[in-house]
Amino acid sequence: MTAATAAPIRTTSEDPRRRREMAGKVGWGVVAWVVSIAFFLPVLWMVITAFKPESAAETWPPQFVFRPTLSEFSLVFSGMGPYLTHSVIATIGSTILVLLLGVPASYALSVRPVKRWRDGLFFFISTKMLPIVAAIGPLYVIALKTHLLDSIWLLIILYTAMNLPLAIWMIRSFMLEVPSELLEAARLDGAGRIREITSVILPITTPGLVSTALICVIFAWNELFLALNLTITNAATMPMFLISSVPQEGLYIAHLSAAATVASIPVIIVGWIAQRSLVRGLSMGAIK
Amino acid sequence: MANVKYVSASRVYAKDTPPAVNALDLDIQDGEFMVLVGPSGSGKTTALRMLAGLEPLDGGRVEIGDRDVTFVPPKDRDIAMVFQNYALYPQKTVADNMGFALKMQGVNKEERDRRVREAARLLDLDDSLLDRKPKQLSGGQRQRVAMGRAIVREPQVFLMDEPLSNLDAKLRVQTRSQIAELQHRLGITTVYVTHDQVEAMTMGHRVAVLSGGNLQQCASPRELYENPVNQFVAGFIGSPAMNLQTVPMVDGGVELANTVLPLPGPIQTAAKGAGLSELVLGIRPEHLHLANGAGELPGDVILVEELGADALLHVRLAGTDSPVVARAEGRRPPALGAHVTFSVQPDDMFAFHPVTGARLAG
Repeated sequence: MTAATAAPIRTTSEDPRRRREMAGKVGWGVVAWVVSIAFFLPVLWMVITAFKPESAAETWPPQFVFRPTLSEFSLVFSGMGPYLTHSVIATIGSTILVLLLGVPASYALSVRPVKRWRDGLFFFISTKMLPIVAAIGPLYVIALKTHLLDSIWLLIILYTAMNLPLAIWMIRSFMLEVPSELLEAARLDGAGRIREITSVILPITTPGLVSTALICVIFAWNELFLALNLTITNAATMPMFLISSVPQEGLYIAHLSAAATVASIPVIIVGWIAQRSLVRGLSMGAIK
Repeated sequence: MANVKYVSASRVYAKDTPPAVNALDLDIQDGEFMVLVGPSGSGKTTALRMLAGLEPLDGGRVEIGDRDVTFVPPKDRDIAMVFQNYALYPQKTVADNMGFALKMQGVNKEERDRRVREAARLLDLDDSLLDRKPKQLSGGQRQRVAMGRAIVREPQVFLMDEPLSNLDAKLRVQTRSQIAELQHRLGITTVYVTHDQVEAMTMGHRVAVLSGGNLQQCASPRELYENPVNQFVAGFIGSPAMNLQTVPMVDGGVELANTVLPLPGPIQTAAKGAGLSELVLGIRPEHLHLANGAGELPGDVILVEELGADALLHVRLAGTDSPVVARAEGRRPPALGAHVTFSVQPDDMFAFHPVTGARLAG
C-alpha cells in the first residue's frame, strides 16, 4: 500500500500567489495611511499651534518643539462667551424644530403618503439646489422688514429651513424600513395615526432620528454665510467669532488656531459619538 | 353568531389585469376552521386581507356575523390576525405586545394583565417570558406570542396568514396540532391561509382551494381527496401528487403503457358526450398496485425514494415519457432499474377534460 500524496501546504512566504495578495493589501494599506495623514495633518497642526505662544506660532521653519501654553486658550475663552451661547441656542433650537416638523412630514411622505408625495419630496430637495448667495438679498430684506435682523430667532428659523429637507429625506428612509406588517398589526389593534407614530414608528426609528439630529447639529453649528450677513452682535455665532479672529492688522495664528480648536470640539464630540449611525444615515438617504 | 361570508368579493390591482380575487363566494359557519389553500398568486392571502380590512374590495362584499363589514375599518371588525412574520412590536415586552390591542380599546390594567396571563397559560408561555422583548425569544415562542396577541382580544374571527411557514419542520408538525386543538377548545371561527396542502388537510373542517384568484372547490378534506371537481384540485391535494397523463381514447377505454385500460361506464359516456378523442387520466400513487408480473401496466423503475414505512417508486411506463409515482411497501421495494407491472382498479381512475380540466362524470 502506497501512502497517498497530498498537495503540500505552503506558507505565505512560499506561495507566490498569496505573496502577491499580501503585497497588494499592504500596499493599499500604506496608501490609505498616507492619504489619511495628509488630510489630518492640517487639523493636527491647528491643534498644536493652538498651544503655542503667538511668538512661536508663525515661524519658518515650523517649530515642533516648544513650551506649550494655554494663554491663547484663555484669551479665546474670555471672548467667546456670547458667541458660544448664540451658537448653542440656534443649533439646539433649530434641531428641535426640525425634528418636530420633520417627523410628521416624513410620515406624510412615506408611511401614509399623501397624493402628490413625489412632488412634495422633490420640492424639498429643490430648495437645496438654490445657491444661498442668490437668496441672501431677499432674505435680508425680509429680515429687515420683520425686524428680525440680528435676532437669534431669525437664525433658528433659517437653520430649521436649511436642515429640514435633508432631515425629511433621512427620516423618511428610516420610516420606510419599518415593516409594513407591523403597521398593519397596529391598525388591526386599533392604533390611530398618532398612536401609530408614537407607539410603533418612533421606537423603531429612534436611532435614525438620533443620527438625523446629529447631522442637523453639525450643519447648524458650522453655518457661516447666513450668520455673517444677517447678524452682527446680538446673534453672532461661533463661526463669526472665528472670523473676528482674523483682523485687518495681521494674522494671529495662535489665537486663530485656539479659537478654531475650541469651535471644533463640540462638533467633533458629536461626530465621534454618532459615527456609525452617521454613515448609515447618510448612505441610507443616498440609496433609498 | 360569527359566521363569515364572502359575497362575490373581488379585488383587482391594476386595470386590465386579471383580478387577484375573482368574485369569491364563500360561506364560513360559526366556529368553523376554514383553510384557504393554493399556490403562490392564487389570491388566498388577498382574500384574507380583504376580510381583515387591509385590502379594499373592488366588488362584492364581506360579512361578519351577518353584518356587512366591507367599509368598516379593521379595528372595528372584531377580528384578530396572526401574521406570517408575527409582526411583534420589537420595542415592547411580550406582555405589552399581547396587551396592546386591549390598551387601545381602553381596557384597564388589571383586566389587561389578567387576560394576558390567561392567554399565556393557554399557550404554555412561561410567566418569566412576559417581561422579555421579542428578540430574546425563539421562533416558536414568538409564534406563540403572536397567537396570544390574537387570543387575548377574544374576537369573533381569527385570521391566520401562514403562521407556521417560519418554523422548522418538526416544530411545524407539533404546532399544527396545537393550533387545531386550541381552535377546537375556544370554538372561534378561524380563517387560515396556507400553501401547504398537508396543513390544509390536517387542520381544516373545510378547505377552500384557490387558483388564479378563483375558487376551485370548497369541501371537507376527505371530499376534496376522493371527489376533486377538476384537474387542479386533484393534482394539488394529496402528497405525492396524483399522476396525470394525457391519454388517447380507444375502443373500450384509454390507451396507457401500450395497454388498453377499461374506463368505468359513466366516464366513457361523459367523454363521448363531450366528443373527446383524448382525456387526462388521473391515478393516485397508492392506487397503482405492484403486481408481480400480472399487472396490466409495465414499466421500469428509475428512482426509489425510501421513506421508511413506504417507498415511492418513480416509474417510466412503457411508451410514455414522463414518469409516474407509485407507493409501495417500505420493506422490500423493487430495485433501481427493475422491470415492474402495476394493476389499477377502474373505480380508482379519474378522468379530466383535456382543455377545461373539469372532471368527467363520476
